Parts: sequence; structure tokens; C-alpha cells
Amino acid sequence: MNTRIHPALILLTVLVYFFLIGPLIIIFGASVSDTSYLAFPPQGLTLHWFENIWEISAFRRTIVTSFQVALLGTFIALLIGIPAAYALNRHRIHLPGWLSTLFILPILVPEIVIGFSLLRSINVGLGIPVIYSLLIGHTLLVLPYVVRVISAALASFDFSIEEAAISLGSRPVKTFFTIVLPNVRSGVIAAFILAFITSINDVSVSLFLTGPGISTLPIQILAHVEQFFDPTVASVSVLLMALTIIVMIIVERTLGLTVVAK
Amino acid sequence: MKRLAGWMLSSPATLAVSLFLIIPVAATISVTFTAPGGVFAPYVEFFSSGFQRTVLWRTFEVAALTTIMALFFGLLTAYVVSRCPPWMKSVLIVLAVFPLLTGVVVRSFAWLIILGRNGVLNNTLEWLGVIERPMALLYSQTSVVIAMIYIFIPLMILVLIGVLENIPDDLLQASSSLGASPTATFVQIILPLATPGLIVGAVLVFTASFTSYATPHLLGGTRQMMMGTFLHQRAMVSFDWVSASTVAAIMVVVIVTTVLVMTRLAKRLNPMAS
Repeated sequence: MNTRIHPALILLTVLVYFFLIGPLIIIFGASVSDTSYLAFPPQGLTLHWFENIWEISAFRRTIVTSFQVALLGTFIALLIGIPAAYALNRHRIHLPGWLSTLFILPILVPEIVIGFSLLRSINVGLGIPVIYSLLIGHTLLVLPYVVRVISAALASFDFSIEEAAISLGSRPVKTFFTIVLPNVRSGVIAAFILAFITSINDVSVSLFLTGPGISTLPIQILAHVEQFFDPTVASVSVLLMALTIIVMIIVERTLGLTVVAK
Repeated sequence: MKRLAGWMLSSPATLAVSLFLIIPVAATISVTFTAPGGVFAPYVEFFSSGFQRTVLWRTFEVAALTTIMALFFGLLTAYVVSRCPPWMKSVLIVLAVFPLLTGVVVRSFAWLIILGRNGVLNNTLEWLGVIERPMALLYSQTSVVIAMIYIFIPLMILVLIGVLENIPDDLLQASSSLGASPTATFVQIILPLATPGLIVGAVLVFTASFTSYATPHLLGGTRQMMMGTFLHQRAMVSFDWVSASTVAAIMVVVIVTTVLVMTRLAKRLNPMAS
């Protein structure tokens, strides 16, 4: 391209990126500060606040809960989302158009409304224990990502290969697992990662579906910040950023990061 | 047979969405119409309170300001990124994806460190001699808006990079070879073609900031209540579930209306459509 970009625009872009990354670097600095309050630049260096995460039992518990709920919720969403995405692609002509909109609904309805409604209806109304309500909420939250990403992967799959296998005598279920699924593997990985990250970071749905002894990491962070203004939360944030980096490396290695950008 | 297979395969997900989303949300909304005192009583109550009108108006204001700022800076940034050489473009996309995957609580928390009384900004300004004593920056509308722009601008940048990349290079070359200045090309070619994408980005940012909880909670406190924080306060502090349901219903109406109107507008304004 030969259109020149005005230097002022380049300066602005640099500033925007400084604005994007600067705060995350500040969190990192605050997490190693040798002070009992949040300070940047760090006064002295210590890893005490990282140890502190494990010493505070509430953090230990919520980290475990968050991972359990995210893994199990994502797994259930894949279990019900993959057949739905398959049906939407393979049997589109037999299905009404609104069905694909239905699976996007959990993104359209405000998360905080979903959380509150689930609390009212299934937790209090039906007496379903908090932990199961939380799991249901998270499954619902990540379902749209699963259906959308896997639908996109299936859209570029040539179903005549599947039909060839079936016409040669392979059973439909077996064909799905040996022909279709391996071909959309990258879509499944992308859906898994996107769903997992969404679930781990969720605030608004979890906000209402946590109870005594059962909470998730972001909710615990909010509660901790209100009571103590120490660098422990900065350390937890650094660990969450490390998790994000690991996820990005996995995505980059397996599919290329453009998948997430879409 | 085939018709049945499609329904059967999609039924678990359909059932999950119906049972755990549609019915609960419908129940929440219907509560506001069956409350004692008449059909619209909770809404009359909501809009007759000056405080609650302020909360609603503030939420509109913060979401609109966030959207406009994110649109402006996001568009210019995405334009530069889309014109970068490929290796640099990938780096810049990664740097925008990273915050997006980092989570709202962590990113809102960063602004507590920056805007706090002993925060980075106050310390820097004091050190530079601009101010003599720390300013109270937190728990103001400005701090909420700044953090919101921070939270949502990566989303805008990524949406708009995709949109701008889809504009064929030939068009821009034709424009400049016919003598148009870069500014004229931007305003007359790029902007109209990017409009549907700008609307999509605006809808995403507006709806997300209108319904957000963590950012107004951390940076606005109780003084800068928005609809999300207000809903939580009504439900979990006051235990007034009818009032909380009314807030929820108003949020749903605002979001659904925004999405429907804007996507229709985006379709109509698309110059590439026939």
C-alpha cells in the first residue's frame, strides 16, 4: 500500500497501545512490591504476595472451584453444543432459522440478568444447590461460543466426505467420530479455550450464584479488594495473566491467533 | 427421518437454553407485572424516584461516552494497524487480544492502582510538582469511564481491524491515483464502507458497558451506581427482588432495542449491499 499514514496518527496509535499495556505492567510491578499496600513503582522486591495467595484459604478454595466449574461447564457445553452445531450445519434445511439465534441468546441477554434470574428460579425457586446453579450458569454462558466457533469450523467441512463414508457402509455415529470430528478438531480446541477463558473470568453470572463457602476467583478478588488493599490481588492478577499467556501460546501453536480475533 | 435427526441433535442445547435462560428470565420479567399495586406499579415506582432515574441516566451517559471514545480512538488505531506490514500487524493484534482475554476484574483492578489516593497518577503528578496533595480520583464518573474505555477498546480495535482489512486495496489505490488526499480517501471511501462495522462495534461496546458490574463496582463505588451495580444492590443488599426484577427488565428492554435498531440500521447503511 502506498497511502502514507500521518505521523500524528502513528503517535496516537502508540499512545493507545501504551494505554492498553501500561496498566498490566503496573499490576506486575505492584505484585512484587515489598509494601503492605499497593505501590508502583515497587519499593523493594518480594514474592511474599504470591505465597500469600496460597496461605489465604479463601483464594485456594475459589481457585479450585473456578477451575472445576470452568472445566466441567465447558465440557458440558461441548457435549450439548457440538451436536447442535452439527445439526445446524448438516440439517439446516429441516430446522427453523430461529434455532441458531436461540443459541446466541445467552450473549444477547445481559449476563447480570441471567445470574439474577437463575438465582431466583433454580437456586431459590427449585432449591438446586449453589454449586450446581453455578455450573448451570457457566455452561449457559459459554454455550454460544461453543456453538458459534464449531459451526464456523463445520461450515468449511465438506460433508460429501461424510456421505461417502456412510454410503460405503460406515455407521453414522462412527462416521461422525472418525471422519467429521477429527476434521473440525481445531474448531473444538478453539471453542474449548474460548469457553474456558470466558468462564474463568466471569463476574456477572457468578455474582449471584455464589454462596457461603462456594465462590469463584473473580468474585473472591472483588471481595478481597474491598477489605484489604494489599498486593495479594495484584499477584493473583499476575497469575491470571500468566494463564492467559499460556492459552495464547497454545492457540498460536495449534491454530494461529486470528481465531480468537474473529 | 432427517428432519427428526436435526431436532434430536439440537434438542439438548435447546432444552438447556429454554429451561435455564428463557424460562428464568421470563419469570423475572413477569414478576414486575404481577406485583401488588397494579400491572405497572414497579415501573411507576422506578421512574418516580429521582435517585433511580439518575442511576438509569448515568448508565446511559457512561455507556454512550465509553462507546463514542472507543469508536474514535478504536477506528484511528485500527486504521493504522490495518495499514501496517504483516509482522507488525500480528504483533499489534496479539497486544490487543491479550487484554481482552485477561478478564474484566483484573483490568478494572489495574485502575485502582493507577487512580488511587497513593496511586501511580497522583504520585507522578506530585513528583512532577503539578499538584501538592493527592487528588480524589476514584469513585467518580470520570474514573469509571476511563476504565470502561480501557476495558472495551480492544474489542473495538479487533472488530474494526477485521472490517478495514475487508476493504479492497484497489479502491484506495484508485482513490489516491485519481488525486484524492489521504484524508479525503479516509472520509469518502473508508468511512462509509466501515460504517456497518462501526455500528457492530458500537453495539458491542454499548451493551457491554451498559450492563457491566465489576468496573462501576470497583471504580465507582456506591456513589456512582449504574444499572448493573444497582440491580445487585437491590437483590443482595436490600433483598427487594421485585425492584431488582424491574431493573433487570429495563436492562433487557434497552439491550434488545439497541441491538434490533442498530443491526437494522447497519444493514440499511451497508454500501456494499445491492
